[in-house]
Amino acid sequence: MNSNPAVFNARALSKTYHMGEVTVEALRGVDMDLYQGEFVVLLGPSGSGKSTLLNILGGLDTPTSGSVRYGDHDLSVYDDSALTRYRREHVGFVFQFYNLIPSLTARENVALVTEIADKPMAPEKALALVGLGERLDHFPAQLSGGEQQRVAIARAVAKQPQVLLCDEPTGALDVSTGVNVLEVIAEVNRRLGTTTVVITHNAVIGDIADRVIHLSDGQIAGIECNEHKKAPAELRW
Amino acid sequence: MTALNQKMWRDLWHMRAQALAIALVIMCGVAVYMMFISTLDSLHLTRATYYENNRFADVFASLKRAPEGLRQRIAAIPGVESAETRVVANINLDIIDFPEPATGLLVSVPDDGTQHLNALYLRQGRFVDPGRDDEVIISEAFAEAHGFKPGDTLFAIINGHRRALTIVGSALSPEYIHQLRPGGMFPDYKRFAVFWMSRNALGQAYDMDGAFNNVVLRLLSGTNVSDVIDRLDDLLEPYGGYGAIERADQRSNRFLAEEFLQLQNLANIFPVIFLGIAAFMLNVVIGRMVTLQREQVAALKAFGYDNRAVVWHFLKLVLIIVFFGVVSGIILGVYLGNKLAAIYTLFFRLPYLAFVIEPGVIIEATFISALAATLGTVFAVRRAAVLKPAEAMRPEPPTIYRKTILEHIGLQRFFSQPTRMILRHIERRPVKSLLTVFGIALACGLVMTGRFQPDTVSYMIDVQYNIAHREDISITFNEPTAKKAQYELQGLHGVEHVEVFRAVPVRLRFQHRSYRTGITGVEPGGDIQRLLDADLQPIRLPASGVVLTDYLGTLLGVRPGDRITVEILEGDMAIREVTVAGLVKEYLGVSAYMELGALNRLLHEGPTISGAYLAVDSKMQTALYGTLKKMPQVAGIAVREQEIRNYNKTMRETMLFYSYVGSVFSIIIAFGIIYNNARITLTERGRELASLRVLGMTRAEISYILLGELGILTLLAMPLGIIIGEWLCMMIVINAQTDLFRVPVILELDTYAFAVTIVLVSAIASGLLVRRRLDELDLIAVLKTKE
Repeated sequence: MNSNPAVFNARALSKTYHMGEVTVEALRGVDMDLYQGEFVVLLGPSGSGKSTLLNILGGLDTPTSGSVRYGDHDLSVYDDSALTRYRREHVGFVFQFYNLIPSLTARENVALVTEIADKPMAPEKALALVGLGERLDHFPAQLSGGEQQRVAIARAVAKQPQVLLCDEPTGALDVSTGVNVLEVIAEVNRRLGTTTVVITHNAVIGDIADRVIHLSDGQIAGIECNEHKKAPAELRW
Repeated sequence: MTALNQKMWRDLWHMRAQALAIALVIMCGVAVYMMFISTLDSLHLTRATYYENNRFADVFASLKRAPEGLRQRIAAIPGVESAETRVVANINLDIIDFPEPATGLLVSVPDDGTQHLNALYLRQGRFVDPGRDDEVIISEAFAEAHGFKPGDTLFAIINGHRRALTIVGSALSPEYIHQLRPGGMFPDYKRFAVFWMSRNALGQAYDMDGAFNNVVLRLLSGTNVSDVIDRLDDLLEPYGGYGAIERADQRSNRFLAEEFLQLQNLANIFPVIFLGIAAFMLNVVIGRMVTLQREQVAALKAFGYDNRAVVWHFLKLVLIIVFFGVVSGIILGVYLGNKLAAIYTLFFRLPYLAFVIEPGVIIEATFISALAATLGTVFAVRRAAVLKPAEAMRPEPPTIYRKTILEHIGLQRFFSQPTRMILRHIERRPVKSLLTVFGIALACGLVMTGRFQPDTVSYMIDVQYNIAHREDISITFNEPTAKKAQYELQGLHGVEHVEVFRAVPVRLRFQHRSYRTGITGVEPGGDIQRLLDADLQPIRLPASGVVLTDYLGTLLGVRPGDRITVEILEGDMAIREVTVAGLVKEYLGVSAYMELGALNRLLHEGPTISGAYLAVDSKMQTALYGTLKKMPQVAGIAVREQEIRNYNKTMRETMLFYSYVGSVFSIIIAFGIIYNNARITLTERGRELASLRVLGMTRAEISYILLGELGILTLLAMPLGIIIGEWLCMMIVINAQTDLFRVPVILELDTYAFAVTIVLVSAIASGLLVRRRLDELDLIAVLKTKE
């Protein structure tokens, strides 16, 4: 196991949704630990509960039962304002559909987050980190999908979070753009030491992680550790 | 500027058309509010200033004749600050090139030039020279109506003698702000004048040297007016006093008060309706707008912005729109208020206008608008913000569509798929659909309120002058005259029919309530003067008892069969009792009627009349004027056609101003509501419609789905709008009731048609504007993004 201290401890996590007239059991008793600085891929088909798990880790949602701790923080008992503070101070998010604010430029989208962070890097530096130093003043509509996702990554890492959570970051991208985005994420993980969780249904991406956690039907189906991580550039799908 | 503020300004720019529509609606609400309140405040201030500066009297009394020495005793009544005796007389005028009858009131002014009470506000020329007996100052309105200038001459029948009078100036007086011919309902500046003449000259002309027939008092503040009036009546009784009145009963002041009251009542209801509707729609529109930003709210929250920051972000955006609406509303409202107050200044012949805007009014208007916007925003943002960000970022749970009621009852074979989509979409969100219908309905009702008043005016004219009072000319005598004068009138060339009347000023009392008015004794079964029942059918006057205007019945709280006390304010000032025989429908004035003989008996007098109503041959009318003018006992002549014209003018200048402003504003509001609705629906359903385009539907087909919904909601809104409109008109009418007018709710077909047309045109125009946007839907974006 990892020699670094555990940052997340999840025990008996369950989550039930009511979607219209349908009840969905998204998570059914998940136990899991994540360690400082590691790169984890949560792998599973759609509906396996991986997004739900990520949302709970990120403080975007609360479990129906069970507990989840981040260091000293017990996220499962946090109220809305405590979760807000937790997200603001510790977590960076990358979404499948980027969720950029269309009315703000790349730089301003990043500034949106750095303005409320404690020790942010400059938006320009964050954008340079993802290779968009030249496109600071472009609006989302003027950027390609890969560029938009890189802005989203820059926005997520600019506040220098301890945790970077990525929900299908390559889901809407073609292969070479996707590889490019993964390179940026891996680079952030390596250079900043940010605990990084990427969820995907694409098994190939597991090859670049320290650990791959397989989810199926709301439960952990298996965990594998990579002795030799591949570089994103070696991936093909 | 922070990135969040940057976003706000860009969002605002992006939704500028909608923002403009919302701001316009607020502007209209605030402007109407400001207009009414500032006009009212200004008129009150102007009147108060004018009354104070020109020392308007507190008590007024006329009498037959008393020696000047009595003034000392009047001035010695406790509480009297100053007393001024005067000579006042009714005169007939003879104006060159103006054959119609004109009358005037001649009022004396002190010879020493110091006007203690009811001081004139000289507009042109100079004061009368006390040494001259042919100089007059004339009322400004009359001067303007005839184009008289200082130096001009006119003729008047003074005490039976035709005299030439030189005009030396024109003036206004607080005593005659409302210049009404005795018995007239509306000012007639061409045919009625007030003249001021030196006391000395007037005294000699009327045999009032060292005597007076009118006295006015100004009281110390805190004095009990009725005590003074009682003492004054006691002093004047031996000299033929007609009963002193307080300022509240003074004719001009009372009419002015009535007008102010009516304006006040309208000011109570109109702005409430406008601002209320604006606030309601602001609330709905902003709520829906913010709901659409659900995903952005979630994203902001995911980054760590707390609820307060998110709410404040949207609230700022909304408040900026409100700010522009309120500021432009205040500016427009002040402008319109100034205009309206200026119309009133002219209308009432006030010497100046003291225009005020109370800061409180601005604060109120701003507060109401901001509150409505804030509530709408906070509720909507909270709905989005209380969701866990993860939940808010997920597409909304697939909405539960069901078959509609229409489909359940087996009508589905009549509907195409797109029609089913429209119907299910409406039924899916019943509250939202209802709010939309209600918003459009309010706009429709509002349009009706701006339109119904002209119809009402024509209806009132019709009832008053074509059904009830059908005389061509009415004349009043100088003093009560023997009934046989009727035969002299009947013998005049051109007179076709004569009906006589007796009019006597009275105070009617029932229990603790009283009302000062007049009883008119008319011939039973008259064909010219007719009394109408609630269905506007002529009724026959009962042989005994008094018949009251229905409104007066309500004021006194009496029903047919009650006995009321009549204080006769003439002659021996007797107090009698009479039974209320019935109530009649009248929209104008407050009157009491008796059978002529019954009134003569009540007054303990023989067959006596005060005047007559004449039906005349229109070809002989001008010649008849000449004859009547030469009859010394005729004090006043009123021509019906002229009354109608005056009435129209009065109504047009005042009431119709609101109609105009109201119509324009309600049209803007209707458009604002409907356009915003269409735009929001487009945003809500844009993705779905674009997907349908991807699937191969034509532009026309998706337009049908979107605009079909708008169309159905608009059509549903119309019947409701008409009901709301009728209700709003009723509220306005109930609030506009005064002693002077009881406006009926008369809604002609064209009012309904106009309101419906405005709503339809707004809907079609909004539809076309939105349709243009439908053509620009980004189909690729739909394929690329989620849901």
